[in-house]
Amino acid sequence: MSWSLLFFLLVGAVSLAAAFGVVTSRQPVHSALFLLTNFATLAVLYITLDAQFLAAAQVIVYAGGIVILILFVIMLIGGETNDFSAAQRAWSRTVGIALGVILLLVISYSTLSRMMTPSEETAALLQGGSPKAVGIELFSKYVLPFELIALLLLVALIGALVLGRQQEGAGEGIPSVKANE
Amino acid sequence: MVETSYYLILAAIIFSIGATGVLLRRNALIIFMCIEMMLNSVNLTLIALARQWGSLEGQIFVFMIMAVAAAEVAVGLAILIANVRHRQSINIDEINLLRW
Repeated sequence: MSWSLLFFLLVGAVSLAAAFGVVTSRQPVHSALFLLTNFATLAVLYITLDAQFLAAAQVIVYAGGIVILILFVIMLIGGETNDFSAAQRAWSRTVGIALGVILLLVISYSTLSRMMTPSEETAALLQGGSPKAVGIELFSKYVLPFELIALLLLVALIGALVLGRQQEGAGEGIPSVKANE
Repeated sequence: MVETSYYLILAAIIFSIGATGVLLRRNALIIFMCIEMMLNSVNLTLIALARQWGSLEGQIFVFMIMAVAAAEVAVGLAILIANVRHRQSINIDEINLLRW
């Protein structure tokens, strides 16, 4: 067993354990921290796959942005639900797990049945996902999708502002402002 | 060099765990996290196949998916907060109205 395979198995095991933790944690905060672990291990796997730029982007966007946003929302709204209470229908958990296992079997079968042999020469062709290589590709061949992504982010920003805004006359505004009126 | 198929299997397992989580949990926030996890497992698949075929296009795809995921998180969490303000609950069994 080579060192790289051993490393992959180790990181993959941590990633899987974190994924289990996200699903099974009772506290949403614990789920968010397990999710952070999962994202970090995936960033490590990206580096082993010659995608250095995306590994950095993964850490910045997911670990630095999305998980922090989720944590903020958990702290804003509490997020406690009685997920594991007896009030939940008894069969729903069994059915959910069964459907998940079926999904895993189908995906694994379709992956394994057309397993490709790794070709060393094509892997050598890839110059690596360094920021320079990805940037050249992004700003020459894919410049239109890149600009559209910028537009999408702007629309999402405005949409989040509109949705998250306090309704007019909905009550609890800032007290000092209310007093001045 | 670790075989590409190992990465694909790992991504398949993470995707299945995420899908099972969506089915099992009733907490909208945790369902949200499971969806993020599924998006990430697909990213792993794309990067593994980009290395397999010696092409950068898979990595460009992943870049786009990351931007879409960021937009989705911003809008989705805003919807959740608006809903909590209205109904004081994030149990998805109780979120059944399109308008209020």
